Amino acid sequence: MAKQYETVIGLEVHVELATKTKIFCGCSTAFGGAPNTHTCPVCTGMPGSLPVLNRQVVEYAMAVGLATNCQIHQYCKFDRKNYFYPDNPQNYQISQLYLPICHDGGIEIETAAGKKVIGIHEIHMEEDAGKLVHDEWEDCSLVDYNRSGVPLIEIVSEPDMRNADEVIAYLDKLRLIVQYLGASDCKLQEGSMRADVNLSVREVGSEKFGTRTEMKNLNSFKAIARAIDGERARQIELLEEGKPVIQETRRWDDNKEYSYPMRSKEDAHDYRYFPDPDLVPVVISDEWLQAVKDRQPELRTEKLARYKREFDIPDYDAGILTESKRMADIFEETTALCGRPKKVSNWLMGETLRLLKEENMEPDELGFSPAYLAKLIELVEEGTINQTVAKEVFERIFYDNADPEKYVEEHGLKTVNDEGELKRVVEEVIAANPQSVADYKGGKDKALGFLVGQTMKAMKGKANPGAVNKLLKELLA
Amino acid sequence: MQESTPDKTQEIRGLPWRYGGRKGKYMQLTDLTALELGRKIKEKEISVREAVQASLDRIAQTDGAVGGFVTVDAKGALARADEVQKGIESGQYTGALAGVPVAVKDNICTEGLKTTCSSKILYNFVPTYSAEAVLNLQKAGAVILGKTNMDEFAMGSTTETSAFGPTRNPWNLEHVPGGSSGGSCAAVAACEAPYALGSDTGGSIRQPASFCGVTGLKPTYGTVSRYGLVAYGSSLDQIGPIAKDVSDCAAILETITSYDRKDSTSIDRRETDFTSALADDVKGLRVGIPSDYLGEGLDDEVRAAVMQAADVLREKGAVVEEFDLSLVEYAIPAYYVIASAEASSNLARFDGVKYGYRAKDYEGLHNMYKKSRSEGFGEEVKRRIMLGSFVLSSGYYDAYYLKALRTKALIKQSFDRAFEKYDVILAPASPTTAPKLGESLSDPLKMYLGDIYTISVNLAGLPGISVPVCTDGRGLPIGVQLIGDCFKEKKIIRAAYAYEQARGRWAAPEPAAGEAALDNMQAAGSAAKEVG
Amino acid sequence: MANIISDETIEYVGILAKLELSDEEKEQAKHDIGRMLDYVDKLNELDTSGVEPLSHVFPVNNVFREDVVTNGDEREEILANAPEEKDGAFKVPKTVE
Repeated sequence: MAKQYETVIGLEVHVELATKTKIFCGCSTAFGGAPNTHTCPVCTGMPGSLPVLNRQVVEYAMAVGLATNCQIHQYCKFDRKNYFYPDNPQNYQISQLYLPICHDGGIEIETAAGKKVIGIHEIHMEEDAGKLVHDEWEDCSLVDYNRSGVPLIEIVSEPDMRNADEVIAYLDKLRLIVQYLGASDCKLQEGSMRADVNLSVREVGSEKFGTRTEMKNLNSFKAIARAIDGERARQIELLEEGKPVIQETRRWDDNKEYSYPMRSKEDAHDYRYFPDPDLVPVVISDEWLQAVKDRQPELRTEKLARYKREFDIPDYDAGILTESKRMADIFEETTALCGRPKKVSNWLMGETLRLLKEENMEPDELGFSPAYLAKLIELVEEGTINQTVAKEVFERIFYDNADPEKYVEEHGLKTVNDEGELKRVVEEVIAANPQSVADYKGGKDKALGFLVGQTMKAMKGKANPGAVNKLLKELLA
Repeated sequence: MQESTPDKTQEIRGLPWRYGGRKGKYMQLTDLTALELGRKIKEKEISVREAVQASLDRIAQTDGAVGGFVTVDAKGALARADEVQKGIESGQYTGALAGVPVAVKDNICTEGLKTTCSSKILYNFVPTYSAEAVLNLQKAGAVILGKTNMDEFAMGSTTETSAFGPTRNPWNLEHVPGGSSGGSCAAVAACEAPYALGSDTGGSIRQPASFCGVTGLKPTYGTVSRYGLVAYGSSLDQIGPIAKDVSDCAAILETITSYDRKDSTSIDRRETDFTSALADDVKGLRVGIPSDYLGEGLDDEVRAAVMQAADVLREKGAVVEEFDLSLVEYAIPAYYVIASAEASSNLARFDGVKYGYRAKDYEGLHNMYKKSRSEGFGEEVKRRIMLGSFVLSSGYYDAYYLKALRTKALIKQSFDRAFEKYDVILAPASPTTAPKLGESLSDPLKMYLGDIYTISVNLAGLPGISVPVCTDGRGLPIGVQLIGDCFKEKKIIRAAYAYEQARGRWAAPEPAAGEAALDNMQAAGSAAKEVG
Repeated sequence: MANIISDETIEYVGILAKLELSDEEKEQAKHDIGRMLDYVDKLNELDTSGVEPLSHVFPVNNVFREDVVTNGDEREEILANAPEEKDGAFKVPKTVE
C-alpha cells in the first residue's frame, strides 16, 4: 500500500513598509525613480556612513505585531547578517536575529475545512536589498540601490500549514491586517509582499518533521499554490526513491512548474550574525506600547461585524466591501456623505466590481473620490438623472474621477421633467408605431416596453422611464 | 635591540629640556602650538596664507624623510587659506583655531580629497562627503593640509602596514612612529602640521603620540561623531586630537565634539568647554597607578617616566597611590576578538563594486570579490578579517565573541570600581619606546601585546590622554597616559596640564639622524606629494 | 599550539571572508590564527557565568530619525567612485540566481 504523506508548511513573509523614507537614511522609498536616484552614502554602503533608525518602522512593526496577537520585545536590537552579494551594498544586511521586535503570536484563518490558528513565531525589522538587472548586451549585471534600505518586516510563521488553501488563507488574512493598519500596500505582484515557502513532507502519523526546503520567487497566489504542489511532489518522489531531501533554498520557476537550487558552493550559509555596533537598542516603554495600541485602527473582522450591525447589508456584500481597505474606506466615506449605505453598497458591488473586473484591476487601485459617488447617488435620488444616465456618469467617475454634477451639466444629461415636451415626444412615438400600439391594446403588455424604449431613445435617455411609462399608459388607455 | 648607551639614567636626568630644538629668536612659525598660531593670526601678526605656506614649506622640507603624509593638498589649502582669511575679517570665524592648518588621518573622510585608509583597496577613493569632525573643524576655520599615513585601516601599531610605505619617527628615522595614527603624530612632531586628527581603536592615538613626543587624546566613546570615520572596530573607534600640548588638545576637542544625529552612538554631552579645565591645580586630586601595569614586560625607563610624572603630581598636591586594577591580561584577547569580528564585517563593503580597487582579471562575480579583496588588502588586514570571520562563524560565536563581550563587561566593572576611589589613573602608554622599523611585524602577537596599557580604555569607552615626559637613553620620547572615567575628560586635561606646567615646554626636534639626514630630507622633500 | 586550524577551516573562512590565499599564505594564516586563538583561550580562565555580554558601553537607546525625506538625487556623487558603471548603475559581472 502506498504511503500517505502530509505536507508541513511554514511561511516567511516579507512586507515592505509604507514609510516615506528608508529604514536607516532619509532617502525616499518612492517607486519608479531612475537607477540610483534615491540613494545616499548610507544606503550604498559608502565608507564611514552610519545608519540611524526610522522611528516609523518601529511603530509599524509594533502595530502589525499587536494585530497578529504577538508579544512585543520591549528591549530589541539589530544584528548584522553577513553575506556577499552585489545588491547588498555593505555586504551585510541589518536585520534582527537575537531579539526580534515581535514574537509568539498567531492569526485565525478560515478555509473550506474550517477555522484554524496559524502561529507566528516572530516578526523582525530589516532592510531590503537593491535590484540587479541583467544587461543582455554586455552580459553583465547592473546594480540599482533605489530599493536598498527600504524597510521590511519579516513575518515568520510556525510550521502550522498543511496545504495551499491554508497558505493562501493565511496570506490573505495577513495582507488584510497589514493593509488595514496602513503599514503596507502588500502587493504580491509588485513585490511589496513576498512569501518564501518552507516545506517538508512526512508520513502521516509521524511526529518528526522532514527535511525542509525554502522556496523563493513566488509572485502570485496561484504560483504559491503550484509551487506547493510541485515541491511536495518532488520531495515525495525523492523519499520514495530512498533519496534524501537536501535542506536548501530553491527558486520556483512558475513557467516550468519546478524549483531549482539557488546558491552556489561559494555561499556557505554561515551569516555570522552579531549585534550591529552602529545601532543602539530599541526600548519600548509601556506608554509607547499603549499609545500604539490606542491608535490601532479597526481591523477587518471588527469592521465586518459593524457593517452588518450598522448598515444592515447582506453578509456577502459586507465581506466583499471589507476585503479591501480601499473599498471599505470608499464605502464608509460615501455613506457618511449621502447617508444611503444600501445605495452605496449597490454601486460598489455592482458597477464598481464590474468595471474592476473588466479592467483587470484590484480594489486597492480605485482612484475616485467618495464625494463624487455620493453626489451621483443624490442626483439619482433627486430625479435629476435617471439610472441609465447615472451608469454612464459613473464610468466617468470611475475612470477620470469626474465631477458628476459638472459632467451632467456639460453633456446636457438632466432628465427632462417638462411634461409638455415629454407628451409631445410620446405622441410622436405612438403615431410612428401603430403596430405596437395595436399589439398593446390587444393585450400584449410587452409592446409597452418597446414604446417606452423608443421614447427614451428619442429623448436621448434624458427621461424618467417611470414617467414615460405612466404617460404612455394614460394616452393609450 | 638595545643600543649601547653608556649611562641611561644620566641621560634621563638631563631631560627633557635638552631637546629644545629651536628656541627664542630661532623659533619659526611651525614651532608654534596651534593656539599660539591662532593667536598670531587673530592679532593679524601673520596671515592664514603665511601660516599655511609655512606648514607646506616644512612638509616639502621634511616629509620626504618622515613620510607622515599620504596626500598633501597644497593648492586646496592655499585657496582655503584665503577664504578663511576673509572669513576671519568678516567675523565668520572667531574661534581660537581659525586659520590654523591641520593634518587629517587618512581614514577620516574629506570631501573632494582622497581618503585611502592607507590601503590599495581605496587607492583612488574621493569621498563626496566629509566626516562630522572635519565639518566641525571647518566651521571653526580650519585649513586642511592633507591626509596622513596610517596602518592600513588602522590595523597596526607601527604605521608599517600602510600600502604606501611606512612613516618614520622624526626623533630617529630608523624607528617607527607608532600607530596606527603614526602619520598624524609624526607630522605634528616634525612640525609639519600644528595639529592633527587621529583615531583610536586600541591605542592608535595615545601610543604613537607617546612614541613621537606629542600629546594625543582619545575622548570618551560617543563624544566625537564617528560619521565619516571609516570603521575598523565600530564599538571602539573614536576620533581625537593630536597636538604639541594639552591646551591645544583641549581646544581641538572642544571644537570637534558634537552631538551628531547621523551617528546613533553619538552622545549629547553637557559641559564640553574642555579648555575651562586648563588649570594648574591638582590639589587633592586622587591619582591611582595600576600596579598590574608596572610588572613584567614594562621597560625600566618607561616605568621611571611614570614614577617621574607621579612625583610631579604628588608635589603639586595630588594624592598618588598604586592599586590593583585586575583583569589586565584579558584585555588584549577580548579586544582582538571584538575588533576583528567587527572589522571582518565593516570591511566586507570593500569588494570592487561601488568604489576603490577592482582586480583586473577575474572570472565571474565571486572571483572578482576574492581577487579584488586579496589584491587590495594587505597582510595584517587579511589576518584580522580571517580571524574575525572565524570567531563569528557558526559554532564559535558564543565561545569567542560572547565570551569577549562578557570579559569586556568585567573590565568595565573593574574600571568602575577604580574610579570610585580615584579621579584619574596614571599609566604607561606603551611598554617600550618606539621600536626600529621591521622589528614588530615579524611577530604579530608580540605587536598586539604592545597595546596592553591602551586597549582596555577602548573596551571601557574611557577617555585617555598621552603626554610626553622625557626621552629614553636612545633619545626617543616616552609618554605617560592619564585615564579618566567616562565623560571626565576635564579631569585628565587638568591633571595633564598641571603636569605639563611643571615639565615645561616640550619643543620640536629636528629629525635626529644627523645633518646628512636633513640634507637627504630636503632632497626627498623636493618631490613633495601633491593631490592628483 | 593547542588550536590546530585545518586546511578545510582556512578554506571555509576564505569563502566567508571572500579572500583568496596562496598556499604559502594559507600556511601562515593557519599558524597565525592558531596562535591567536591559543592566546584568546586565556579568556577561559575567567568565570563569566552570569555576566551579561556588553555590546554598548553606555545604556543609550532609542535613537531615531523622523520619517521625513531629507535626501535628494545624489546619483552623480554615489557613482563618482564606481570602478565601472553603465546607465546610472554599478556594473558587475553577471550574477545568476
